[in-house]
Amino acid sequence: MMTRFTKGLMLAGVALVALGLTAPAPSPAQAQEDPIRIGSFLAVTGPASFLGDPELKTLEMYIERINQAGGLLGRELELVHYDTGADANKARTFAKRLLESDEVDVILGGSTTGTTMAVIPLVERAEVPFISFAGGVSIIDPVKPWVFKTPHTDRMACGKIFEDMQGRGISKVALISGTGGFGKSMRGQCLEVAPDYGIEIVADETYAPSDTDMVAQLTKIKNTEGVEAVVNPGFGQGPAIVTKNFAQIGMAVPLYQSHGVASKKFIELAGDAAEGVRLPAAALLVAEKLPDGDPQRPIVVGYKSTYEAVHGEGSVSTFGGHAYDGLMLYKAAVEAAGSADPAAVRDALEATRGFIGTAGEVTMSADDHLGLDLTAFRMLEIRDGDWVLVN
Amino acid sequence: MPAPLVEFLQFLFSGITSGAIYALVALGFALIYNASHVINFAQGEFVMLGGMVTWALLSQGIDLPLAIAGAVALTMVVGLALEKLAIEPARNADVVTLIIITIGAGIFLRGLTSVTLGKDLHALPSFSGDEPLSLLGATIMPQSLWILGVTAGIVVLLHGFFNYTLLGKAILATSHNRLAARLVGINVSFVLLLSFGLSALLGAVAGILIAPITATHFEVGIMLGLKGFAAAILGGLGNGVGAIVGGLLLGLIESLGAGYISSDYKDAMAFVVILGVLFFMPSGLFGRRGTERV
Repeated sequence: MMTRFTKGLMLAGVALVALGLTAPAPSPAQAQEDPIRIGSFLAVTGPASFLGDPELKTLEMYIERINQAGGLLGRELELVHYDTGADANKARTFAKRLLESDEVDVILGGSTTGTTMAVIPLVERAEVPFISFAGGVSIIDPVKPWVFKTPHTDRMACGKIFEDMQGRGISKVALISGTGGFGKSMRGQCLEVAPDYGIEIVADETYAPSDTDMVAQLTKIKNTEGVEAVVNPGFGQGPAIVTKNFAQIGMAVPLYQSHGVASKKFIELAGDAAEGVRLPAAALLVAEKLPDGDPQRPIVVGYKSTYEAVHGEGSVSTFGGHAYDGLMLYKAAVEAAGSADPAAVRDALEATRGFIGTAGEVTMSADDHLGLDLTAFRMLEIRDGDWVLVN
Repeated sequence: MPAPLVEFLQFLFSGITSGAIYALVALGFALIYNASHVINFAQGEFVMLGGMVTWALLSQGIDLPLAIAGAVALTMVVGLALEKLAIEPARNADVVTLIIITIGAGIFLRGLTSVTLGKDLHALPSFSGDEPLSLLGATIMPQSLWILGVTAGIVVLLHGFFNYTLLGKAILATSHNRLAARLVGINVSFVLLLSFGLSALLGAVAGILIAPITATHFEVGIMLGLKGFAAAILGGLGNGVGAIVGGLLLGLIESLGAGYISSDYKDAMAFVVILGVLFFMPSGLFGRRGTERV
């Protein structure tokens, strides 16, 4: 028994040694060819899946395309992704794993502001560049050295609306906002920036996201002295009902919706009542309508057709566009830095000048890690059941 | 008309429209409660199914009247199936257990709808156009008139059914005393089945009527169900007149409250009223005073 056992052990030992001898030692050339590891955590499932799902699809699609075209600086890109389900705790855990055991070169992602904020202290400590796809202005204000983001903010949407009002000579405005996260946040931002544009908020009504009738609130606004326009920050069915009720009680002042309902679905839900409604939206929504000379046109048309070729007609969303912008910003920064070294890439990201993405033209600086201005939004008007660009 | 009066009328129209829908949902609660003392928390899902199935049939190219008939029929089948497959097998269980079963059924129906019909919002076309009608200076949508008319019609029909048909009287008898009803030869389990079918019908009709105004999606039933339940409590659980009055009152409280006090508390006001009723008039406005035999 004993001898048979030791014999077996010895045989195994010999076999191991033989294997070790025949295995080739890693050559320095191959170490150079290690893939660039892109870490990502997105809300692919759960309440924010409408954000995370197109973002992940976009990352997978374009990383594959970059690899087919020979990679980045001759190195393959490798995506390491975890699904957070929009849970900030999970996001923190996954970010830790990405930084410590996956040893990624960059982190792209964070579909929601909550998950992004949870991860920021970790990436700041690990000193790895992080490009977020979430909307909140708190991500980049105040500026954190390693944190960047691609989507426009609520504050910019308010600015765009008020800028358009200035052009029409409107100064007294009523707000009717949803009390959901989106409506609440945008309402706050609009109240804050209104004085910068000489806009006075003369009425401030709210409704719950699941409300079925806003006639009472709108009647109150209608009877408020001097209202020249109404703004409706909100998301989902609420704005469509507001638009219908607005037409029902015969209000004649201009109605502005937010970028939260910038989709064909809104026109479908609000029907004829949507005629004449204005709203700010990303260029992606009106890709084919942009004039030929528009610098964004080739980018947004290209992204839209590429995405829809794989995922079906009408499937493109601005959210996937944020992921596209993040990946392309990183690619440009790596190319500019000539390496994937985190510190060099960070400096290159901050030095981004005139980068054209789906969200607009990006010019970053040491105190602006978003780099978009109001031109990122296009003012649209709904006419005959379709979008028309307003200049 | 002076402006404040027009404003009041506008709040009134808006409140009565929502109130009529709450009343239909509340009637559904009352029917099932009467037959079984179960509060059917899947009632909101009947409302959702009415709207969603109508939309699904419409998108298949079926005409609106036919789509509505189809949606009502399908929702009734779901209501009957719920009774046959979930409530009846557990008929010897506690009322609380049965209520929990209906909560489960509601979650199941929501999930099933989100998987089969998607999570998107959908609009139904208004039955007779989107041109608002002007009445004494205030405006009302034709769809609101549909809601009020159909609700009134249903109330009259239900009244006739319960008071002048044998079947209706059998349901009433069962609600008064189950054992005695069985002793005089009423098929109590059939009455229970029927009450689920009728409730599903009421819910589906409510869901279809309101869908052109609010749009519909798989979660639309949660809030409408809760409001309907609140209306039923307000009127007195199990009381038909109470359900209607409770629904209309709730709609008015919401719209007048949002108009004259603050829109921030529109939903809260409805539930504050319920709390008040539960504290001070536990059996509602029209409810029988509950007596417990020891």
